[in-house]
Amino acid sequence: MASHAMHVHTPPSGFIRKYIFSMDHKVIGIQYYFLALFSVFVGLLLSVLMRYHMVYPDAKVGFFETLWPTGAPGGVMTPELYLSLMTMHGTIMVFFVLTTAPQGGFGNYFLPIQIGAEDMAFPFLNMLSFWTTFVALVVMMAAFFVQGGAPLGGWTAYAPLSALGEIAGPGQGTGMNLWIISIALFCGASLMGAINFISTLIDLRVPGMTLMRMPLTCWAWFVTAILSLLGFAVLLSAGILLLMDRVVGTSFFLPAGLVVNDQILNHKGGSPLLWQHLFWFFGHPEVYIAILPGMGLASNILSVFSRKTIFGYRAMVYAMLSIGFLGFVVWGHHMFISGMSPYTAIAFSIMTMAIGVPSAIKTFNWIGTLWGSQIRITTAMLFALGFVSLFVSGGISGIFLGQPGLDLYLHDTYFVVGHFHMIMGVAAIFGMFAGTFFWFPKMFGRMMNETLGQIHFYATFLGVYAIFTPMHVLGIIGNPRRYADFKEFEFMGQAMSVHTFMTHSALFTAAVQIIFVINLFWSLKKGAKAPDNPWEATSLEWSIPSPPPFDNFGGKHLTVHHGPYEFSVPGKAKDYVMQVDPE
Amino acid sequence: MATEAKTGSLAALWGGGGSPYRIGSKKFGMWLFIISDSLTFTALLVAYTYLRMSTETWPTPFHFSPSIIFSTVMTLVLLSSSLTMVMAVHAMSHGNRGGTVKWLLATMAFGAGFVVLHMSEWMHLINDEKVTAFSNPWNEPLFGATFFGITGLHMTHVTIGVIYLGVIATGVGRGKFTYEDVEVSGLYWHFVDLVWMFVFPLVYLMSVKMH
Ligand code: HEM
Ligand SMILES: [Cu+2]
Repeated sequence: MASHAMHVHTPPSGFIRKYIFSMDHKVIGIQYYFLALFSVFVGLLLSVLMRYHMVYPDAKVGFFETLWPTGAPGGVMTPELYLSLMTMHGTIMVFFVLTTAPQGGFGNYFLPIQIGAEDMAFPFLNMLSFWTTFVALVVMMAAFFVQGGAPLGGWTAYAPLSALGEIAGPGQGTGMNLWIISIALFCGASLMGAINFISTLIDLRVPGMTLMRMPLTCWAWFVTAILSLLGFAVLLSAGILLLMDRVVGTSFFLPAGLVVNDQILNHKGGSPLLWQHLFWFFGHPEVYIAILPGMGLASNILSVFSRKTIFGYRAMVYAMLSIGFLGFVVWGHHMFISGMSPYTAIAFSIMTMAIGVPSAIKTFNWIGTLWGSQIRITTAMLFALGFVSLFVSGGISGIFLGQPGLDLYLHDTYFVVGHFHMIMGVAAIFGMFAGTFFWFPKMFGRMMNETLGQIHFYATFLGVYAIFTPMHVLGIIGNPRRYADFKEFEFMGQAMSVHTFMTHSALFTAAVQIIFVINLFWSLKKGAKAPDNPWEATSLEWSIPSPPPFDNFGGKHLTVHHGPYEFSVPGKAKDYVMQVDPE
Repeated sequence: MATEAKTGSLAALWGGGGSPYRIGSKKFGMWLFIISDSLTFTALLVAYTYLRMSTETWPTPFHFSPSIIFSTVMTLVLLSSSLTMVMAVHAMSHGNRGGTVKWLLATMAFGAGFVVLHMSEWMHLINDEKVTAFSNPWNEPLFGATFFGITGLHMTHVTIGVIYLGVIATGVGRGKFTYEDVEVSGLYWHFVDLVWMFVFPLVYLMSVKMH
């Protein structure tokens, strides 16, 4: 067997090569993490503004006018401004938070270490993919500052609105072009990342690190990378076609006879449904791109802090693989009311229900892991438990939406907003919090404050349930989504108090995030020194110093002898066996 | 309970510490790129099929002469370039750097020839037949849009390929780069060639005027 040539490289000197244009996967991971952290606060701020406007639509807010002179004349937010905040909120959250931190951030940092590699397979490509993501973010944010402002069409950019240009409203001109360019760059960055992750995982495992000995986090990053490789490739095509419609004047997504603002448009033959097919072929896998790393991490953390091996390791692996596969054949469930043959709808519906099976397997295995165990409560563990809770809550409403009959009614109501925030929004965010508390000691060599951490957890957990549970009820009474306010909706009368409650919950939840920020930055400077293995965990990253040296393992050649979750093994002195421990 | 690594050659390969396919990461990475890029093209071709199927009056304007003859010549040029690429990889496998550079240059010449022919065909369509990306004499604007979109993306790939091969050829000439680098560039080149083998029938042959 040809022995594997490892990349032998020495640390670069000089600030720029070391911290800015670094090719070290650990630095790049941290860069991704902070990019996502910045984005999540932008996204959060936008959501608070939206919630505020929804219940105080006539309020005059001075700084709205300062920020958006045309969007908020006299300080009163226009519906167009609301829609542009909504679009940017969704886009930033989905792409620049959920797709970057779990994969680009933690994945970059820990995938190589957990399989025993010194770096990713293509360090240069890795650096390129981070900086492309960075440029994509800058381009996206620029949309706020151009003529007309940010686009209005939602994160799904449905045609024909998105294909039309300025005539369709402020923000649909330059703003929308920037949106597409940003997303196209993001696609490129994600493809580079995906190639890197898959190659690294396949090629650079140390001896003894069989596939079935990899921590479940690695499996999750692996499946996520496959989904990115296939999904973003298609979104890239869709983006190119959309840009052509707007810039070159083609009609891919524009049918004949469109009348916009009393003008008949000179387009013919295109199909808005085509955009939906292409978009959701990417879009559904995208929600798994967001959630799978959290699943892997939750599995890992539950096992570590319940001091038990993960229940059904192989089942977990196969469940992730089948979720990945099924994820590509269910996109039609977003299009039930877009005009779809009922037979096709049934097929998509059955596939969607089928995804429930591996999802349930995972949930039961998590419960099985916890069952009868001596749980060690830490902030990381709490967030992992919170993840499971949110995943279940959001999953249940998914079963409703997956049925064409029910979806006809619930589509485009707040029921959907509640559903996707639970399962893909906050569940994934909880995964990130869990990852932060779990890995912070390894990444920065210091512990985070547990008391602050737990206060932050309980407040956030209550807060998000208080925001998003009532949305389901509102959806059922018919409250439509993507509306700036509900002044004209008489049937909503009493339900407006529910909106007020949700807005207050949102303000509360946003405010308590300050605890997290303080904890993070305080711990970076002042946290207690972290030992190598503070959680008594078993995977490779815990067998090296915190933070790890430049080449991760100090030039040592490891061999792995154990599976990733050997806790409470009878007849051993310690209650855990590290993967690198001798047999 | 340790899950013991199974013995046996396959399990040993996959057990870490070796490259399971016995191919390097670069080659594997290129394969992954090819998978993803083929999905990008697939999406375009599916979009084309979708739009064409839903248009009853889709035009089929290409005459056998000159359109099909011309595009067949283009196809032959591209096929020849694949052949010279094979020769380049072959030469490199014998450590014959001079030969490799020569064959690479030949491949680039064919590639550039393809682009030139293609551009002149585009110009002919735009100037003489009045087909553009947004209008044409048959009043089915999507005919031109799909035509230029698909062939344009393909031509971009060929152009990038020519530049890529240029970089490889320069490096090989200077004694840099290994056999694997040449082979990997070959993979890309053959892939771009293969894509054309889908584009040619779907975009050209299926648009031939029937009597
Ligand atoms: C405290 C946290 C959050 C609050 C209060 C909040 C609030 C909102 C509101 C009010 C809307 C507009 C709904 C409408 O008008 O139809 C919205 C849309 C959206 N949010 Fe959030 N959000 C939060 C966190 C997140 C997170 C973490 C994600 C990550 C996935 C996310 C993703 C989205 C998406 C994708 C949309 C849809 C945008 C569109 O319709 O195009 N949100 N959110
Ligand atoms: Cu979906």
